[in-house]
Amino acid sequence: MTDRRQWPLWEVFVRSKRGLSHNHVGSLHAADASMALRMARDVYTRRQEGVSIWVVPAASITASSPDEKDPFFEPAGDKVYRHPTFYDLPEGVEHL
Amino acid sequence: MSGVPTAQLPPVAQYALRLGDDALILAQRLGEWAANAPELEEDVALTNIALDLLGQARVLLTHAGKIEAAGRTEDDFAFLRDERDFVNVQLVEQPNGDFAQTIARQLFFTAYQRLLYARLADSVDPTLSGVAGKAIKEVDYHEDHAAGWTRRLGDGTEESHRRMQAGVDRLWPSVDELFRTDQLEQRLVAEGIAVDASGLREEWHKRVTSVLDEATLAAPEGSWTAPGGGRRGLHTEAFGYLLAEMQHLHRTHQGARW
Amino acid sequence: MYGLPEEAKDTVAGGRAVAASEAELQSEFDQMVAADQRLEPRDWVPDAYRKTLIRQIAQHAHSEIIGMQPEGNWITRAPSLLRKAILMAKVQDEAGHGLYLYSAAETLGVSRDELLDLLHRGKQKYSSIFNYPTLTWADVGAIGWLVDGAAITNQIPLCRCSYGPYARAMVRICKEESFHQRQGYQILYTLAHGSAEQRAMAQDAVNRWWWPSLMMFGPPDDESQHSAQSMAWKIKRHSNDELRQKFVDMVVPQAEILELTLPDPDLRWNAERGRYDFGPIDWDEFWRVVKGDGPCNRQRMEHRVRAHENGRWVREAALAYAAKHQARAGAAA
Repeated sequence: MTDRRQWPLWEVFVRSKRGLSHNHVGSLHAADASMALRMARDVYTRRQEGVSIWVVPAASITASSPDEKDPFFEPAGDKVYRHPTFYDLPEGVEHL
Repeated sequence: MSGVPTAQLPPVAQYALRLGDDALILAQRLGEWAANAPELEEDVALTNIALDLLGQARVLLTHAGKIEAAGRTEDDFAFLRDERDFVNVQLVEQPNGDFAQTIARQLFFTAYQRLLYARLADSVDPTLSGVAGKAIKEVDYHEDHAAGWTRRLGDGTEESHRRMQAGVDRLWPSVDELFRTDQLEQRLVAEGIAVDASGLREEWHKRVTSVLDEATLAAPEGSWTAPGGGRRGLHTEAFGYLLAEMQHLHRTHQGARW
Repeated sequence: MYGLPEEAKDTVAGGRAVAASEAELQSEFDQMVAADQRLEPRDWVPDAYRKTLIRQIAQHAHSEIIGMQPEGNWITRAPSLLRKAILMAKVQDEAGHGLYLYSAAETLGVSRDELLDLLHRGKQKYSSIFNYPTLTWADVGAIGWLVDGAAITNQIPLCRCSYGPYARAMVRICKEESFHQRQGYQILYTLAHGSAEQRAMAQDAVNRWWWPSLMMFGPPDDESQHSAQSMAWKIKRHSNDELRQKFVDMVVPQAEILELTLPDPDLRWNAERGRYDFGPIDWDEFWRVVKGDGPCNRQRMEHRVRAHENGRWVREAALAYAAKHQARAGAAA
């Protein structure tokens, strides 16, 4: 059975580097803003993909016509094994 | 190789194992939450914390091995020591219980670790100060996570309040052990290497009771204190099972590479 | 959803003031698909497209989270600290992939809660590869190499599928997935070049995971009902058999380097076709497992439902707290 009420949906925007703007990266469910921010950090910046995060309740977003043509990061840096280039592959293996 | 009993190792190695075992055993417990957390996002959060702790443990265990200089690796320490040679506090080996109990354990331990690492960053041992310096940011986040959930569960629904209070009550007896010091630690404190655990108690208490307060929870003052003994290799009945699960595969294939 | 009240939708579709006719909308949709353009959440799409896509994305998401179980199974028993850490990260990635996909599905106007409910009641499925047990540590390697390898083969073309949020989720997922396949391969390589027991463990795991991995691509093309429509909509870019063949051709040379055999006596290089021939798949087993009678179907569902039910009081508590602390929670970040 479903919960009586579910955690609201939040849209997540991340600026990956100084000089760039925030990009929409996806959404998540959280009970409140501070939880949303922390979860966004866990889910969307694990590979140190972010410098700045915005979370916005999806319900607060006003969208326009579809015809228009759209404390927290350093710890992620050392987990070397997340990046595929960490691996020494046996010689001659293609497609990995 | 299983090697020399922990109590016979050089003091700094023993100290590194204390901190390393704390982190390792707690990481092991948190690993049990994979695919079991109350929400997908929380699964990710708990695993992040476990990974941070595991990272700390690996550096500390490796450091102990270097000091011992008998060729023992992080895996030798993790998988080939027997129960009596593990020197973590008993708090971290407590079973997860429900989510509230896990959060209570997190609150108590992360508040301690945060204070510990803040001071350990000034250690004259460069590896210890390095681990601490890096871990501070991680542990800040862990503590924040634990405090946030303590508030939500303590001041959420009647059921969550009841469960959170039960978690706090069940784990409180294991708190005192965090702040017990001994000769070994005092010697290392005098050398500028270790942190005096007893000096953390007051600040810990202030911080934790403030969170409990905000969460409308009661700190179980004057309740029974567990005898403890983790730093001397004395553990609880749950620990044997934890080690058996963790070590079995590694021990079955002596000397194998993975 | 997305902050737009129901009654405004007619005026929004197509960006014109008055409702475009369904024929016009359909024609625009067809043109976008034909031109390899991305459809975005607020574009008009045929109801059938939307329904099929919801089902496809949701089942993909469910697969990720159910997939956490067979591998999560080995976190506490991993044989080295490095392997433990890598496996934790992998299982965590799977949770993350599930999140990206539920997130994409929600742009189509369903809630994650509804989708999970359909999963829990058996109305939506997940990849049946996860209905097999992980009996040894080598299974973790086999899953990384074969199962994630098959998933990648399937997923890369989807990075160009017609629905924007799904395509973008796939791009994110593919980047993370290559780490998974490499770590699985490395596990098996180490085992295959280790002790006799380790070698036997690796071979045994490959023997059990090979055929189910081939089944991951679904029934043969001539038995696959929905494929034609999905291909026309560009939410499926290659046929089942095409992808299966591609996977075999990729993996056989990798097996040779592992010096492990694949349990198919009919597997051989066909110089004429420029591809590997392989033996017949047991489609009876495939359908049995899809229909619910695989070794772990019941266990996986029980575990999933139990985790969800056990978490209910936590989720409710978080909402209750948020409601009580509206102002504080908003400022607290």
